[in-house]
Amino acid sequence: MDLKDWFANRQKRRQQIDEVKTPLTTEEYCALWKQCFQCRELLYTRDLHSNLNVCPKCQYHFRVGAELRIEQLLDPNTFVELDANLQSADPLGFVDTEPYPRRQQEAMRKSGLKEAIITGTGKIEGQPAAVGVMDFDHFGGSMGSVVGEKVARLIEHAELKRMPVILISSSGGARMQEGILSLMQMAKTSAALKSFGDAGLLYISILSEPTYGGVTASFAMLGDIIIAEPGARIGFAGRRVIEQTIRQKLPADFQTAEYLLKHGQVDMVVERSNLRNTLSALIDLHTRTEQEQARPAKGAGSAQKAITTR
Amino acid sequence: MPPVERKIVPLEFEKPLAMLAQQIEALEKQLAESQSPDLDVDLQRLHEQYDVLRRSLYSNLRPFDHLALARHEQRPYTKDYFQRWDPSWIELHGDRKGADDPAMVGGFVRLSDDLKVLAVGIQKGRTLRERQACNFGCPQPEGYRKALRLFQHADKFGMPIVTLIDTPGAYPGMTAEEHNQSQAIALNLYEMAGLTVPVVAVITGEGGSGGALAIALANRVLMLEHSVYSVISPEGCASILWRSSDKAADACTAMKITAREIKELGVADEVIGEPLGGAHHDYDAAATTLKQALIRHLRDLQRMTPFQLREDRQNKYRKLGAFVES
Repeated sequence: MDLKDWFANRQKRRQQIDEVKTPLTTEEYCALWKQCFQCRELLYTRDLHSNLNVCPKCQYHFRVGAELRIEQLLDPNTFVELDANLQSADPLGFVDTEPYPRRQQEAMRKSGLKEAIITGTGKIEGQPAAVGVMDFDHFGGSMGSVVGEKVARLIEHAELKRMPVILISSSGGARMQEGILSLMQMAKTSAALKSFGDAGLLYISILSEPTYGGVTASFAMLGDIIIAEPGARIGFAGRRVIEQTIRQKLPADFQTAEYLLKHGQVDMVVERSNLRNTLSALIDLHTRTEQEQARPAKGAGSAQKAITTR
Repeated sequence: MPPVERKIVPLEFEKPLAMLAQQIEALEKQLAESQSPDLDVDLQRLHEQYDVLRRSLYSNLRPFDHLALARHEQRPYTKDYFQRWDPSWIELHGDRKGADDPAMVGGFVRLSDDLKVLAVGIQKGRTLRERQACNFGCPQPEGYRKALRLFQHADKFGMPIVTLIDTPGAYPGMTAEEHNQSQAIALNLYEMAGLTVPVVAVITGEGGSGGALAIALANRVLMLEHSVYSVISPEGCASILWRSSDKAADACTAMKITAREIKELGVADEVIGEPLGGAHHDYDAAATTLKQALIRHLRDLQRMTPFQLREDRQNKYRKLGAFVES
């Protein structure tokens, strides 16, 4: 080796060492560690992940993104996505402090998703189900035309294949940037569920942190069975709006899953670790035996009668 | 019931018109005292000016002005329409589960000799006491459940349904949440989708969000000329997106909330004209125009079979939305 090369190599080595020594950015630290919102414990992200995003110390349920949720809930490699090619348009040409298309791009970058919901079919402990999972990190999980359309198509697909539907909600409400068309998605999804329900099929709604506004006031509250995740905040109007309207402080646990359970609004509060088992048991309970299949679904029967007798 | 000779309260954008009207009045008083031909000419000119200004003012309204008209405190409310359509209409009460919400009214209304409907609507209340009882037109869950009970009654007896909507939104209160406001609205949407009778909804004033939609899932949606229909109140939208509720006028424009825009988006089927200056200038004329439109739409819908009516309604909402499929 030439002496000159040796010096050159030494310089290169030093550069490499310097690169390793560069301290991690805050963002990188945040990716590695997460502080529990409830007990303030510092949690190693990988541990948190393997514990289904639940704090091992205080059982606080962190929000789960749509992709991760699918991974947690369904049998491995059974998920087939539907309608992945749907994307929002800008029907109003909406501009607030920024134009809507730019906000969409921002949301896509932040969540890595095209829209605030992923829909598809998969299996839960071997039982097929149509599943829709909302992602709060994409545009606050807001329901615009695409979310409404994807939910409606999922329900229609499930009706055709006679599968149960499971929808996991997490949303701030309707998407203002699509104006009245967002509001109409409440009608669209509810109407799709009506026809699905009349066919005698099972719909399980899971409410996760947070579920508000137009989503709560449409498909989220229409489940044959409604399950809430521990600590999730669920409601129609936001806490602040209510406090301003009635001019008094609300109880600390107002609008939490446990509060809703106490007030008869949900069937059960299920911990994330038990969610898969619970769903599987519920689907199994509603699978008709051959004998039961001979009986027509109640809804379909009465609707048919009402139509033919008039 | 408003007094027969009620003074119309001018809105902010109507101030120039009101000032001109004041001048005319003053001049008329002078003229009554002293007969002078000069004043006569002036008066005539002022009258002409008034007419021109009035017409141009109301044909160039901004979305924010429509909102102000829709919220006008003297605007005819649901019961004013029911009363004019059928002075002997029969009101029904209660959700049969524990309450009667005065913000939601309903009963049997005879629109013509051979057309009786079940009419349901949101009532804002005229006096302060009434307004407080109605929460300024914000129904509680009990109100939506009352509406649903009435819809089911109509469905049972094959009666067409007419709904009138004028609300800032569903009531955001503690008991409303405890009594499950969301479920009340959601269930209405679900059940209205399955009704087998004709349903016509009319936005008469404010169509505020889910609280309005909860009784508006209809075969036909009509909107009065100055009514508005929006996914969130313009103030709410402004405070979230602009971080200031002063930007409500901008939010009104951005969200496209006026009757004409809602029709262009395919949500409303017809815009019903109002007397010049708004429905509050002439209750009777407003009620008659609306009644005629309702009869026309209902007759049209009555040609469908129950099954077709249900399909028609579900298809209407199935098609709404804007997206790109790549």
